Amino acid sequence: MSLTDEQVKKLEKKAHDIRVSIIEMLIEAKSGHTAGPLDMADIFTYLYCPAGMKYDAKKPDWPERDRLVLSNGHICPVLYATMAHSGYFPMERLKTLRKLGSPLQGHPHREWLPALETSSGPLGCGLSQAVGMVLADRIDNGRTASRRIFALLGDGELDEGNNWEAAMLAGKEKLGPLIAIVDRNNIQIDGFTEDIMPLEPLADKWRAFGWHVTECDGHNFRDIDRAVGEARAVFDKPSVILARTIASKGVPEFERHFEWHGKPPTTPEEIAVARKALHN
Amino acid sequence: MLNPAAKLNPKIFDKDVELGEIRTGFGDGLIAAADADAKVVALCADLTDSTRMEKFKQRFPTRFIEMGVAEQNLAAVASGMAAMGKIPFITSYAMFSPGRNWEQIRTTIAYNNRPVKIAGSHAGVSVGPDGGTHQAIEDIAITRVMPRMVVISPCDAIEARKATIAAAKTNTPVYIRLAREKTPIITTELTPFEIGKAQIYFQPAIPKYAAERAVAHSRKFRGIIKEEKPKAPKAVVGIVATGALVHKAIMAAQSLEKEGIPVKVMNLATVKPLDEEALWTLANETGAIVTVEEHQVHGGMGSAVAECLAKHAPVPIEFIGVQDQFGQSGTPAELIELYGMGVDHIIAAAKKAILRKK
Repeated sequence: MSLTDEQVKKLEKKAHDIRVSIIEMLIEAKSGHTAGPLDMADIFTYLYCPAGMKYDAKKPDWPERDRLVLSNGHICPVLYATMAHSGYFPMERLKTLRKLGSPLQGHPHREWLPALETSSGPLGCGLSQAVGMVLADRIDNGRTASRRIFALLGDGELDEGNNWEAAMLAGKEKLGPLIAIVDRNNIQIDGFTEDIMPLEPLADKWRAFGWHVTECDGHNFRDIDRAVGEARAVFDKPSVILARTIASKGVPEFERHFEWHGKPPTTPEEIAVARKALHN
Repeated sequence: MLNPAAKLNPKIFDKDVELGEIRTGFGDGLIAAADADAKVVALCADLTDSTRMEKFKQRFPTRFIEMGVAEQNLAAVASGMAAMGKIPFITSYAMFSPGRNWEQIRTTIAYNNRPVKIAGSHAGVSVGPDGGTHQAIEDIAITRVMPRMVVISPCDAIEARKATIAAAKTNTPVYIRLAREKTPIITTELTPFEIGKAQIYFQPAIPKYAAERAVAHSRKFRGIIKEEKPKAPKAVVGIVATGALVHKAIMAAQSLEKEGIPVKVMNLATVKPLDEEALWTLANETGAIVTVEEHQVHGGMGSAVAECLAKHAPVPIEFIGVQDQFGQSGTPAELIELYGMGVDHIIAAAKKAILRKK
């Protein structure tokens, strides 16, 4: 059952609105990361739609919910914006990003924003936490637990060895309910991933660790839906979706430039460019 | 004399005092905690027997996760399990957990406020022949510096068992420091244990002559004047010890007492949160403190005591511990002596602390 044209249109509109919020948050905060949040807006929009995760924005601690572990915490503006657009908290709060006393910490902290599943920032330990969640769920509900645990990872953070420890354990334990999504935007702070620390052949690496691998266009809702559906159907292995994304997607002037990994638009020109691209 | 209220092992001064492994006390405590609470799960990084999780693994196979040699994953997976309501205990050698995986513990457990219990075995130079790479003598420092982390260093197998059971009941992260070797059994099942409470194990005895005089006095004047109650002298130095060296501290105290130096020994099993009131009471009473730990003197229990006393009751402090060095191969007894943590070292430090009083 693929998405209808109407559903896709709705998702595209929501993703666009989320990108607008991200840019406005970053402009207001005057610090933070641009490329990852913009390029993951479509995936987050999908996960927080009825076809995506099981969740209830009005009851964030609903025990039956799916879990989303954001490993690369620095892309949290997209998580915050998507949560606000999905009804977790008022939109005005987005403007408090990175400010003193704000629940929207520079890197997510679950105690400041209790609807979060975990705190993150230091790279490479989100997948492990997701693995732990699946293991705990399996103790309580057996192998047929219907809950899915989504681990969202950056590609640059795959340089961290901790990920591969987690990947090995998930493969060994055949954690079917685990779905990792890698933001394959090909950039990290110092440059292009293949220059800094080559990851390819990335799909083969995951396969070698005992994972089911699928790839998708991270900006195409039908393809995202297909990949997540495929991952959901895998029972005896963890799944990873390598989502091909365009860094800073939505602001053509910033797209694919690794320089935009870790800074917000700050000069009047940059702000104008970003707003022009998104407020059309 | 031993503090009667502490109900310690009466054989503590005997040559044939019972011995036990602190790590085995942990293993037994883990079983008891798991029997009491189905939420308790255990994860180990390829040292299941060595860290005494073997019995748990056999008894609760579905609640045990074998992690392989991957301590970073060990900590972060445990955090994820705690997020789903479990009470995970994780073990490896202290050098690797909380050594290697310190940042995972900080971010995913302490910062994230997940009640994971970290048991680090093979702490201290008494690991012996394995040598300096495997002798964790920095673990108290790196755990106590973390907000929310409770740090417990049990003095014997019985206390380790109690500490483990108590740790399972708290909703905070806990680090439990374990030693490999068999060490003297100091406590009994009746000895009080509470996280965050220091206990006095040794205190000045009522001198024999004073006791006899009091008896004679009361016979002579029975019914005529009020009975004179014999009083113990005031301790002139307080020895604050943690871990298995509490035994050596008590042996040193007994020697000092024989020399006529009244002394108190405190077992500071919980290094964090510190029992500050007990510490400043001891410092104010004695006016001189010696800290005893099988750990670097920098940043360890002694530093914690100094931080407290500098603020509340500044008195001279002498620090027994490893003096900014790495360990090496040898027998546990040789290493304890070589690094200055033997009974004679404690006695000398006590005398030095007394002399430093103004």
